[in-house]
Parts: sequence; C-alpha cells; structure tokens
Amino acid sequence: MATQKVKRTMNNWRVDGKGRINRDKHVRFTFDGVSYQGYEGDTVASALIANGVHLMGRSFKYHRPRGPVTAGSEEPNALIGTFRSGAGRFEPNTRATVQELYEGLTTVSQNKWPTLNFDIGAVNDKLHKLFAAGFYYKTFMWPKSFWDRVYEPLIRASAGLGISPTEPDADTYAARYLHTELLIVGAGPAGLAAALTAARNGTDVVLVDENREIGGSLLSEAPTAIDGKNVGNWLIDVIGELEASRNVRVMTRATAIGYYHENMVGVAEKLTDHMASPPANAPRERMWRIRAQEVILAQGALERPLVFDGNDRPGVMMAGAAQTYLNRYGVKVGNAAVVVTSHDSAWHAAFDLADAGVRIPAIVDVRTNVNGYLQSEAQKRGITAKVGHSVTSVSGTKRVSAVKIGRISDDQYVTDITSIPCDAVLMSGGWTPSLHLFSHTKGSLQWDEENEVFLPGEKTERCHIAGGGRGLWSQQAVFDDGVHAAQQALSSLGHNAQPLSVDVEGDRAGSGIVMEELPGNDDKLSRRAFVDFQNDVTAKDIRLAVREGMLSIEHIKRFTTNGMATDQGKLSNMNGLKIASGELGRPTPEVGLTTFRPPYTPTTFGTFAGYHKDELFEVTRKTSIDSWAEENGAVFEPVALWRRARYYPKAGEDMHAAVARECRETRTFVGMFDASTLGKIEVVGPDAAQFMNRMYTNPWTRLAPGRCRYGLLLGEDGFIRDDGVIGRLSEDRFHVTTTTGGAARVLTMMEHFLQTEWPDLDVWLTSTTEQWSTIALNGPNARKVLEPFVKGADISAESFPHMALRECTVAGFEARLFRVSFTGELGFEVNVPSQRGRALWEVLYQEGKKYSMCVYGTETMHVLRAEKGYIIVGQDTDGTVTPADAGLTWAIGKKKPDFVGKRSLTRPDMLLPDRKQLVGLLTEDPDVVLEEGAQIVEAGDTAVPARMLGHVTSSYRSETLGRSIAMALIECGFERVGTSLDIPMPGQTHRATVSRTVFYDPDGDRIKM
Amino acid sequence: MLLIHCPYCKETLPELEFEYAGQAHIARPENPAEQTDAEWRDYLFIRSNVRGDHAEQWRHSHGCGRYFNALRNTVSDKFIATCEIGQACSNGHAEGEENNEQLES
Ligand SMILES: [Zn+2]
Repeated sequence: MATQKVKRTMNNWRVDGKGRINRDKHVRFTFDGVSYQGYEGDTVASALIANGVHLMGRSFKYHRPRGPVTAGSEEPNALIGTFRSGAGRFEPNTRATVQELYEGLTTVSQNKWPTLNFDIGAVNDKLHKLFAAGFYYKTFMWPKSFWDRVYEPLIRASAGLGISPTEPDADTYAARYLHTELLIVGAGPAGLAAALTAARNGTDVVLVDENREIGGSLLSEAPTAIDGKNVGNWLIDVIGELEASRNVRVMTRATAIGYYHENMVGVAEKLTDHMASPPANAPRERMWRIRAQEVILAQGALERPLVFDGNDRPGVMMAGAAQTYLNRYGVKVGNAAVVVTSHDSAWHAAFDLADAGVRIPAIVDVRTNVNGYLQSEAQKRGITAKVGHSVTSVSGTKRVSAVKIGRISDDQYVTDITSIPCDAVLMSGGWTPSLHLFSHTKGSLQWDEENEVFLPGEKTERCHIAGGGRGLWSQQAVFDDGVHAAQQALSSLGHNAQPLSVDVEGDRAGSGIVMEELPGNDDKLSRRAFVDFQNDVTAKDIRLAVREGMLSIEHIKRFTTNGMATDQGKLSNMNGLKIASGELGRPTPEVGLTTFRPPYTPTTFGTFAGYHKDELFEVTRKTSIDSWAEENGAVFEPVALWRRARYYPKAGEDMHAAVARECRETRTFVGMFDASTLGKIEVVGPDAAQFMNRMYTNPWTRLAPGRCRYGLLLGEDGFIRDDGVIGRLSEDRFHVTTTTGGAARVLTMMEHFLQTEWPDLDVWLTSTTEQWSTIALNGPNARKVLEPFVKGADISAESFPHMALRECTVAGFEARLFRVSFTGELGFEVNVPSQRGRALWEVLYQEGKKYSMCVYGTETMHVLRAEKGYIIVGQDTDGTVTPADAGLTWAIGKKKPDFVGKRSLTRPDMLLPDRKQLVGLLTEDPDVVLEEGAQIVEAGDTAVPARMLGHVTSSYRSETLGRSIAMALIECGFERVGTSLDIPMPGQTHRATVSRTVFYDPDGDRIKM
Repeated sequence: MLLIHCPYCKETLPELEFEYAGQAHIARPENPAEQTDAEWRDYLFIRSNVRGDHAEQWRHSHGCGRYFNALRNTVSDKFIATCEIGQACSNGHAEGEENNEQLES
C-alpha cells in the first residue's frame, strides 16, 4: 500500500435528517491509499460519494473513467478490490455499491495503470474505432504465427477484470440444507406482504434478501405512510412481528443465486464480509440449499439506463440510484443534477432530491405527453421541465460537467441545442422486471406489447411472481400483489389464507415508454453511447453486429459480448435488444431474449465448494497396514482413492535404488506386499456358478471348490473391462477379486445384469473389499515364512498347488489363503479380517527376517508383473482391447454358448487384421527406459507427421534382466515380433525390437516351487 | 436438483442418491449367437435420444441399490413416473400420445 494521505472529510454531500446510516458511528476506510470517513450503514460507494468521489474505476476495454451507476447488486462499473485482514483475503471485482463499510476497510480501484486518474490504457478509448465489436475475431486472425508470440500475450496482458488473488483462500465456508413450506425471495413490499400473510396463517416461511436489512424499494423511495405509520416505524414493527413468529426465518445478506429443479433454490449468505473483526473460525459465507414446497419470487424490477453519448461518465447514474443514495444513505450525488428520462419515476426522484436541497436545472423527458400533475409538481419546485427533449452529449471526463440537450423534431432529429452545466445526470429508461430466477426454471417469458416488457409466462415449478417482477409499479399495487401471491401459495399448500391489507399513503403511480438509443443531432457513428457498461459495448457495436449478419440475439450477444459480463446484462439486455430489433426492423419479441443462468450475482468459489476442500474434497482410503508403512518410511502414491505404499527406501536410496533392491530380494528370497486394496466381491447362491459363467469369459462350472482361476471380464461390446483371480470356496460361493480401481464398477455391472437381465438367478453379491486385509508373499522363501503360522491346511507343494485355495487360520486369525502369484514367483495371498491385517503383517515381518525378506510397494509389483507379461487393465488396455488383442484368448471358455461380450468378439471390426495388439519392446540401448504413452512409428519413418502405429503402455528398468523392458499396443503387433520400430521421444528417437510380452521365466517353472 | 421416487423404498428422494443406467426396455437378446451383426449392433449402440418422454433405467445406488424403470421428459428433465424393473411406466396419457406440451419452450 502506498503511504496514506489523510484527506479532510468533506461532509457537504451528506444531507441532514436523511438516510438509515448511524451518524453516531464514524467509520474510517481507505480507497487507493487515501483515508476517508463514512458512517455505519454506508456502502463503500455511498461513503465515497459522500466524500465527493465518483471516479471509482476504469472500464474493461477502453479504460474509461467510471463511477457507480446504481446503488445495488446490479452495479456494472464500481468494481473495486478489497483487502480484508490477513493473507489470502484479497478479493477483486467487489461491487462498491454492495460492500458494507467497516472500520479499517482497505479498498483499491481496478483496471488502471499507473493511477486511476492517469491511465495509459485509456489510449484504447482514443482508438475505439479499432476496438469495435468483433475486433478480436478479425484483427488477430493473421498472420497465424503471430498468435502464440504476439497476439495472445498482448490480449492476456490487457484483458481481465481486476487482479486474481494468488494466495490460497484463507477463509472457511459452510453449507446447509433447509426445507420449508414457502420460500420468499426479496423482502421489498411484495415479499413483506407475502411473508406477513403467510406468517399470520402459521405457514413455515423463509424470507431471504440480498441486502443488510429488509425493506427493498421502501428504503429508497418512501411513501408518506404505511398503515398510518412512517415507513421506518412500519418496518420496525414488521421485522419485530416476523422475528417473533416461530414459523418464520428471515435471512438478510442472503442472495438467491439460482433456482433449480423441483423448487430447490441456492442461497448464498454472506456472514462476515461486513465485520471489522469477524469471530474466530466463523465461516465467511454459507450456501443454503432450500427446498420449498412453494416459492414466491418478489425480486422487483431494475431501472434501465438511457443510451446516449457519454452516458457512462462519472456522475451519470440511474435516477433511482440517486434516490437510494439520498433516502437510504443520506447522500446527495451532486449539487446540480439534470434528470433525463422516459419514465415518470425519475420525476419523483428529482422531487426527492430537490426537496433535499439539490438543484435540478432541468428534467429532460423524451416524451411529449407527460402527466400534468408531475409537471405542476416540478413547477412548484422551480424545476424547468423539458418535455419532448433529448440529450445529445455529456461534457466532462472524470466527472460530468455539463449536458447538451435539445428538442426532438418530428424526424427524430434534435435541434435547438443548449448546454446545461451540472455535476450529475440522473437517467431513467423505465424498469425491467427482474425475472432471472424465474428464467432459471425455464419458465417462459411473454412480451407485454403495451408496456414493452417481458413478463412471466408459463411456469415449470410451483412458483409465484409478485410485484415489480410482474411489471407492477405503484407500491399499493405491489403490496396487494404480494398478499395475492401468498394466498395462492397457501391455497396450493392446503392452508386457508386470511387476506391482509396494507394501506399506502402518498403512493406514486407511474408509467413510461421504452427507448432505443436517444435521438441526437449527428449520424450516431461518433457517439460513445454505452449499452453494456461492464463490457464496454456501445449502441454502434450492436448495430455493427446486425450489419455483419448477426440475426439472432444469441449471435449478437456473442459477437459484441453484450450482457456477458459479471452483471449478466442486468442493465444492458433490454437496451441491446431494442437497438438490435430496431436495426433488424423486426419486433422485439421476435429477436428474442438471451437466457439468464445462475448465479444471479457473482458468487465466490468458496461458497460453492463449502466444506468440500482439502481432506474433505476426496476421501483417502487407507488399508489397515498403511500405518505400518508410514512408520517404516514408505513413499506413497494415490491409486484410485487409495493411498498405497509405492516403495520402501532405505537410508541413502532413491526410488530407482529401492525398487531395484526390492525386485532383487523378492526374486532371490521373498518379498511381502500389501494387496488389501484389491477389489473383492462375494458371489453367493445356488446359481452362483451359472452367474459367473455368464459374466466372465472363463468356464466356472467345473472349477472345484478349493481352486481358483484367472477371470477376465468384458463389456457387452467385447472389450476388456477388468480381471482378477477368482476362488471357489464351495459349490455356491465365489471369492472374486477385481482391480483396485475397478471394484465399484464391476459390482455395479454385475448388479445391473443380475437385477435387469437375469432376475431369475438366485445369487447375492456383496462388496467385501474392506472386510479383508490381503498380504501377498512372493519369492522362493515364501512358504518357509508362512508355513509355521498356518493351521487347518497343508500348504506343501503337493497338497497346495498353484491356484489352490484353503480356508484356515494364519497366526490364529481366520483366513482365506490363496496360492497365487502376480510376480511369477512362488506366491501366497493371505486374506484375514481387515482389522487383523497389521497384526499378521508384523508377525510375518518378524518371521521373514530369518529368510532375508523385504517389503515392497506398488512400483516393484509393477516391474515384477511386467517381467512376466501380466497385464494391468487400464494401463495395458484402454477400453478398445479385446482378449485376442491382449493375447488372452486362452482365458475364454471355448465351449460356453454365451457370456457378456462374446457375441461382439466376432463383429467385423473385431476381426480386422490390422488391430493393435499387446507385445513387448526391447530397446537397442538396454539403458533407455521408454516413456509410457510414447508413440511408435515404423523404423526410419521421419515423415511429418509420421504414421503412428501404437503406443508404449508399460515401461520399466528390469533389475532381474539387467535392462529396460516395455509393453506396447501396436498395429499388427504379433506379426511384428522380431522386427524393429522407432519410438520418437523428446531429443532422440529410440529403436526397439518387438518381442513377446513374457520377458522372464517363460516356462513358469519358478511359480511351481 | 431433481426429486426421484424409488418404487422400492416408496420414497421421493434427491437425485444425488441415484444414478442413470441407460435407456429402458432394451432387453439382452435371448440367444446372442443367433444375432446378425446388424441386430447385435442395434442392441449395443442404437438408442432413441428422444425429445420428450424417455423411458430410462435408474438405480437407487445410495439407497436400496435397486434398478428401476422411469419415464422422464428430456426437455423439462423431470420424472413423470417410476416403476419396478420389468414393468413399463405409464405417462398418464392415452396409448401412443406423446407428452410434448413443453417442446415449444
Ligand atoms: Zn430405493
């Protein structure tokens, strides 16, 4: 931060006796290093305006000076960076109109360099003719080679809104579900009337509002009295009643961001961003997922800007915003404010400001017919009313200094131009019903020809729209509509609704017309008349899009980016649509409206993530032996969701050395391996063998109890899905193992077939992966280590041959003992109840010391199995590999009439001669270990691009063979055995000879020991 | 988030508990070996991809674990009916009449 310059507080923009701020509570904050003072209850925007500051940022594309144009969450311009206390708490693009003030808040402006007042990027503004819509698409097309080196870096450097935080988010976020009978979105007059009606009828109600306090438009534009009370007192009574009702929950600072299926509404509640010192460990925000039986959307309407040259200059803002700054924050937005409007509402804003001491040099209304009451009220206040007039331009760059106005002639040309000095321009183009959430539900919108607005049409959810969202304007009408919506909702819920009446005194009815770009006195081409302030889209850009051939509003939107900024076109969509339809010469509803999507306002990633981060993002599954591995220095790797020991380095060993030693000791003596992560499924029932016959390629009928077999599982498309050793415990019980990552998939596939195709089979499937710890012993000494602990089974070579299975006890623990091997050595896999895993492991570890036993991890397991050519499904296969491709036709039961995938094996494509087949690769240089995934080409093929024949699937340094080995899927691989191929890798192309996949002990003698 | 009625649990529960399991009523041929290549291709790959009411299989995977049939409108996304496996869900319309009322939106 730059050193702070203390500026004397200028309070001459505060208005005594106005606003809902707490004048007893001074709050100091900084903006761009300058210290300012505001009051509790201010936003950053209201406090800065109270200090005479309107210039709050630079625009996205042209770096034009900008100030707030609204006083709410729809703000497109006044985006600032905020620093909350502590690292990881910087937030860009915070709306100054929403951020509440607190003591010590530090804020900065954005998109400026070097300073907000002097910005070099503003040269873009001078070159605006170059930067018209579609500029990126056209200008940077040629030459092609410039894209990477010149254009993209340039665009990246100048694009973006604000600066992304670089530190991890230091905050925590919460999430909750809530169920209610009635959810009301928006606590303005319609929402409050609905809430009171429902509350008094005992209905469960949740009322949410994005503001810090309830009241909505009542806070900005107060009628004289409601039910005989002034608005402040009426609101106090209402909040008191709602809070005292046990069936009502009122949530403020809670934005309904999305309306999802079956009346689920996402509500992002801000909890601490308004606090100078939040409670320790308090979550910053909370995401509510509220499921409501009935929903009332009472979101009101948003005021539309008028489109004229210079309508983005600081000091030009919505008339309703000026009214909000005055009535809610006690701030006048200027000393001399010219009002420009096509709607009655801005006249009332002018009267409010005039009554508070702001000079109103003129009300410029583009309409020729304006209500006589309004004109007489203006006259009473000495305000000049210029009906049938338009604004042609605005003077002043960093703050408006004058407007030029003139009379609109019959040919829509402006004459008799005069200049009026002013320091604020208040505009109103009428009001757009806020139907964003309704639009999320795919509810249809209907064009109201008379008022030229889209109103809610067909509904897809149990929801009701009330108040401004239905185009209603006067507060009495809005209150009544809220009551009506509540009655409808209560009736749907089966409750009787006692009607409620709210009496508004001093109500202001009004109407207006919808304009395209305002008439001027020029050819429109030189005008900087903005439609989308945040994306710097002008009326000219939209007309250009039409001339370039964009006919649909969806295309115009993408060509110009109109409505695609973070405010989602809340202010710009209707103006863009009107200008487009005018240029196209087609009625507005035919041109269409773009779709609104969640979230309604920008929402932090933290709120969406909620609790799902760090260790709660994804579970880490650990075996019961994992703790031993950790204590003994294992290096881990993630496999599916499991954490597995990859290798066990001894002092001074790197991975290469550790794996070489583990391989050597296992083949020479014995190695112990934690295989507990293997998926396990118990297949039980009278039809278990029949079921297995149908699922797996292998024959199971004649597999005797006490024996096991390698099982291969295909998809119905004939491609390999999974494999594993399957043991038959008894006639009606199989112990199926699957790959570590495939367990859930295989069980789902089995269940699908069993439940939907073969419900006649009497079979039960149970996942037992986590019920068993599996310890593998491999190597010539394996039997010696194990034998002393086995009771109830003879595990001698004669009575317990390879692929035998016994239920017995090992070290006193109930066990299922398999004689199987994934290394090619004499091997056993001991399954004990999982909680016994570590105890058995330690017993065997102690015993193993007598026989030079090592423990090994997944890396050694991979090397040892590759030396034997055993495949890993998902590594050596990729979903396009058949049993024949993988050299596994021996695993297919030839006499079986059917199994899943069998018919597909004879489809024409499966029999093509040029299929990729799994083979071995031996590099010419035995020290070269190929990269897994490397592409393979014909020897000597140097064409660019070369024809790729396949890729390396597994590749290791084999300690046993003293050289590298690899497996690969290669076109016509079997035919190529003995020939040479090239493998281009970064820096060098390597030559290798195609081989069979069994590199070690091809006759399998060692396994029979 | 959709709400789905499990015909076995007889409860209407959030979509999170369920998973999609493909188009319904595509029975595995009795004797695949007798299928022509074209017939088998159709069984494997050809699906209707309707705009409107779609018969689907779903599984209450984080509940009872059972598969069931459903009729769901692919425009509104919503479930019209669910029923036990082996049955065909009724859309509440007369035979042959499609529920296409939302197709124009
Ligand atoms: Zn269920």
